[in-house]
Amino acid sequence: MSRYFTEDHEWVDVEGEIATVGITDYAQSQLGDIVFVELPDEGVEFEKGADAAVVESVKAASDVYSPVAGEVIETNSALEEEPALVNSDAEVEGWFFKLRLTDTSELEGLMNESAYAKFVKSL
Amino acid sequence: MSDVHDTDITEEDGFEELPLQPLPLDGWHRAQGARMVGFAGYDMPIQYEGIMAEHLWTRENAGLFDVSHMGQLSLTGEGLDAALEAVIPASVASLAVGRQRYSMLLDEEGGILDDLMLARRPDDLYMVVNGAMKYDDIAWLLDHLPEDITMNLMDEQALLALQGPKAVGALARLVPGVDALYFMDCGAFVWNDTPLWISRSGYTGEDGFEISIPADAAPAFADALLAQSEVKPIGLGARDSLRLEAGLPLYGHDLTPEISVIGADLGFAIFKKRREAGGFIGHARVAKEAAEGAPVRRVGLAVEGRLPAREGAGIFAGDTKVGIVTSGGFAPTVGTPIAMGWVDAAYTDDGTALEIEVRGKRLKASVAPMPFVPHNYHRKTS
Repeated sequence: MSRYFTEDHEWVDVEGEIATVGITDYAQSQLGDIVFVELPDEGVEFEKGADAAVVESVKAASDVYSPVAGEVIETNSALEEEPALVNSDAEVEGWFFKLRLTDTSELEGLMNESAYAKFVKSL
Repeated sequence: MSDVHDTDITEEDGFEELPLQPLPLDGWHRAQGARMVGFAGYDMPIQYEGIMAEHLWTRENAGLFDVSHMGQLSLTGEGLDAALEAVIPASVASLAVGRQRYSMLLDEEGGILDDLMLARRPDDLYMVVNGAMKYDDIAWLLDHLPEDITMNLMDEQALLALQGPKAVGALARLVPGVDALYFMDCGAFVWNDTPLWISRSGYTGEDGFEISIPADAAPAFADALLAQSEVKPIGLGARDSLRLEAGLPLYGHDLTPEISVIGADLGFAIFKKRREAGGFIGHARVAKEAAEGAPVRRVGLAVEGRLPAREGAGIFAGDTKVGIVTSGGFAPTVGTPIAMGWVDAAYTDDGTALEIEVRGKRLKASVAPMPFVPHNYHRKTS
């Protein structure tokens, strides 16, 4: 399995043609207490960069974009009951949705873990 | 994700184009681990450990807020009481030394230009206005007050607030005697040879104090407060969620020139005598609406589910748009989203079922009495 990152602070785990998407630990720490996550409907197809989800923290709403194109095949229903999972475990249990990738070559434009770590340091 | 550094607060207040100024406690906030944002033209702490934890801490213990961005004004001069009464709706002449009152600046049409606190000190009237409005307020007051009134912006003073049920214990340990103040009382005190002006008031719905202190002494005083076990530093984020739960309006959001005193449900701030006799700017609208009611009213809204409805969201009765959310968010003490909004008067009875549109979805909501969390003021009768 490979993990990729975006400059918009999403992470993408890829296994075959299935990508799992969430927001990074850095992102959740910047957002603060998360009180609601609005997830996409299953079956929806996203272009790369499309508005895919909304994270509501105590202070503001933030958009989450689809880092790659694909069809939503599953969403994390645990977030409906416990949105704070995104705070406590952003990069594992706090995943948002799974996509069936349209074009795996889009992954090439994303960062690996060390590149993302450097990117965060530069902010 | 969209820019995670953005907050509603900075976007709405539109000061990004100006260089941010540091407050007297800037270094102190950073040393406490604050995340700083631009607000009202200043670099200010939005949070330390997290808005939710800070909010709940303040409701149970004591939270220390830096509100030095606010405008502290000193007014003096011959005939000041009458001159000020000709401008603002407060009853000034009857304000005793050591008492303060909530009031507003109104425009000619009765729209709200700012809200404020007015206190009588032995040698002046002391006015606290909103940070984002202070220069506009000063210009407006200078325009409307006679020339023999002197007004000083006390920008050498910091302003701290200590709020919560344990605030009195913590502050009285440092400043003996503050426990004798009741809600909206104020007085002069001394800490380590530093003069303080302290009022028993605040913006959280809790018991607490607001402390005006020379800026150069503020860091040491903040350290001394923080050394008390009940006290933690609290950022702007929790200040906003606490005041929302307390049903207290925020200028620039719930109060603007578009809404009137009666519409904003702030009629209590204008005593009957002044409401009837007038003689202040904006009186005609106040008198008319006090008699007939205001066409649009500020109300509380309980929102079903977990999705917060935020400022700007439309409020509907069926297909008819009947209002707009002026502030809203998740309420940590209540445990659900809550909001304030301006709603057509016909839809403002408590319990009226309405809907709020958020990103194309309709959320169920109902008009709710405010405050959402009971006030815990230290009143003489309590």
